[in-house]
Amino acid sequence: MEYAIEIENFTKKFGKFTAVNDVSFKVKKGEVFGFLGPNGSGKTTVIRMLMGLISPTYGKGKVAGFDISKDGDRIREKIGYMSQKFSLYEDLTVEENLDFYGGVYGLSKKLLEKKKKEILKMADLEGREKTITSNLSGGWKQRLALGCSIIHDPEILFLDEPTGGVDPLARRKFWDLIYKLSQNGVTILVTTHYMDEAEHCNTIGFIYYGNLLTLDTPNNMKKYVIDGHIKVKPSLEDVFVFIVNKEGTI
Amino acid sequence: MNFNVKRVLAVIRKEFYQIKRDKRTIAIILLMPIMELLLFGYAASTSVDHISTVVFNNDMGRESQELLDGFTNSQYFDIDYIAYSMDDVHHYIDDGYSKAGIVIPPEFSENIKSGKTAQIQLVVDGSDPTSAQTILSSAGGVAQAMSVEIIGDNAIKTMPQPLDLRSRVWYNPDMSSINFNVPGLIGVILQTVTLMLTSFSIVREREKGTMEQLIVTPISKMELMVGKIIPYVIIGFIDIILALALSVFWFKVPVAGSIGLLLFFSVIFLFSALGVGLLISTISKSQLQAMQLSMFMIMPNILLSGYMFPREAMPKVIQTISNIFPLTYFIKVLRGIILKGNGFSSLKNEFIILVIFGIAVLAMATFKFKKKIY
Repeated sequence: MEYAIEIENFTKKFGKFTAVNDVSFKVKKGEVFGFLGPNGSGKTTVIRMLMGLISPTYGKGKVAGFDISKDGDRIREKIGYMSQKFSLYEDLTVEENLDFYGGVYGLSKKLLEKKKKEILKMADLEGREKTITSNLSGGWKQRLALGCSIIHDPEILFLDEPTGGVDPLARRKFWDLIYKLSQNGVTILVTTHYMDEAEHCNTIGFIYYGNLLTLDTPNNMKKYVIDGHIKVKPSLEDVFVFIVNKEGTI
Repeated sequence: MNFNVKRVLAVIRKEFYQIKRDKRTIAIILLMPIMELLLFGYAASTSVDHISTVVFNNDMGRESQELLDGFTNSQYFDIDYIAYSMDDVHHYIDDGYSKAGIVIPPEFSENIKSGKTAQIQLVVDGSDPTSAQTILSSAGGVAQAMSVEIIGDNAIKTMPQPLDLRSRVWYNPDMSSINFNVPGLIGVILQTVTLMLTSFSIVREREKGTMEQLIVTPISKMELMVGKIIPYVIIGFIDIILALALSVFWFKVPVAGSIGLLLFFSVIFLFSALGVGLLISTISKSQLQAMQLSMFMIMPNILLSGYMFPREAMPKVIQTISNIFPLTYFIKVLRGIILKGNGFSSLKNEFIILVIFGIAVLAMATFKFKKKIY
């Protein structure tokens, strides 16, 4: 299996509204794939379809080599997910949250203890095991949510706007963790609307009004614009604005 | 379907942590049964006694005084007001000071002494049929007792009555309404508490976004449902013990049958009640909707299950509707065991219906629950 994620002609319609329109792409194993686009462009919908939270209207998809329409249960054992809301149990302590997700993933007691130690260290949460989650600040909550989503060592990690509402320092820390996971072979699909974050990805897909406009490495994407137009050292933001203007209103 | 006990245990533990930290839930679990039992146990008492009574006595003889003593001694009447005219009597009853008025005409003592029929007038406030009924029957009792006394035993012996009806009231010989109400009340409390707690349990996770996280884990529907139910079965069991203890030790309701059988039936009933709650939670879009739906369920349950009004008095259609509430059967079981001392063999049908209902409603809740967010 060469690709961690493959999707073909993904389309999702909510009534007459087309949230995702004929999107196809492949994500290599161990890659950090960035899904870039403004709010409401369909990023979350694509992710939710990949994880089986909603069914596509048409299109095919494979995650970790399994068909999303048939092998949802197999897929769920291989993926981790962190939603934009950091869906932790706010009334549980840090440790209770970890215990719960460890239990739900069926970890053995020994493995759970080991993973808990690792995650607390990684998330800088040592000594806060007994803190009620709602009392944690944004950055900690975010890292705890990440910790809960990787407690079972997933092959693929889906991060839906993981850095919303978090201060710049915590964002930097968070991306360091993402790199480390990627180096360990975890495939990461992350959505964001922060252009600077997109720079960190191996591949970026620009999605706009449900259409995948371009798909390339950050550097190639900049070249593409330079070739067509006069612009020295464009930022990704320039590129994004340019592409959107070129495609016009869809 | 895969079933992993570890996952179920994780859900159970999590539910208990959440319950432990939520003051509102703790209050529902511990205070609601006590408060409802005390409130309904006292307020919903249909035994009427110590009725506030106004007396207009035109006769000052010894006999009229004996009659009034008879009324007072019956415990049903409290002579709180003395009137000096018919208008006075009207005033006390109109303004709600008294529910009954006793008017004794001037020649009362004279008539008794001379062996004629003496008349007394009883005025009853009939706006509340329950107390009016009690007033009428107990006043009749007092008057009859006095008549017998006046005629004397000899007269009865010489004139045997053509009919002699001897009534025996079984199961609740004092016809105490507390003894009758409390068993039903236990059922109502159990239904209300479990419905209130479980109707939120799924929809709350949907609203907070934690359900989305749960759906992407390998947990199966069955594991989640079982994990959600077991904590509330345990809590319901605590509540039934609490309610039973209060009934037996505070209200002194005698339990004629086996407590073990009662607890066994309670657990069976809990599965149905919790199943209904989970079903509501599964089909509701928001916590508000879940609350409205459970309120919508609780009212007919209280009114139609036979707790408040005898089902025999209901129109056929309503009786049929009340057949679909598990509470209807559970109340029958509760009254059967507590009042009549029924054993399992008398309650076989209720057992079968409750089990079938429980399985059906739990299966429906599990089936309706989709591992999707839309």
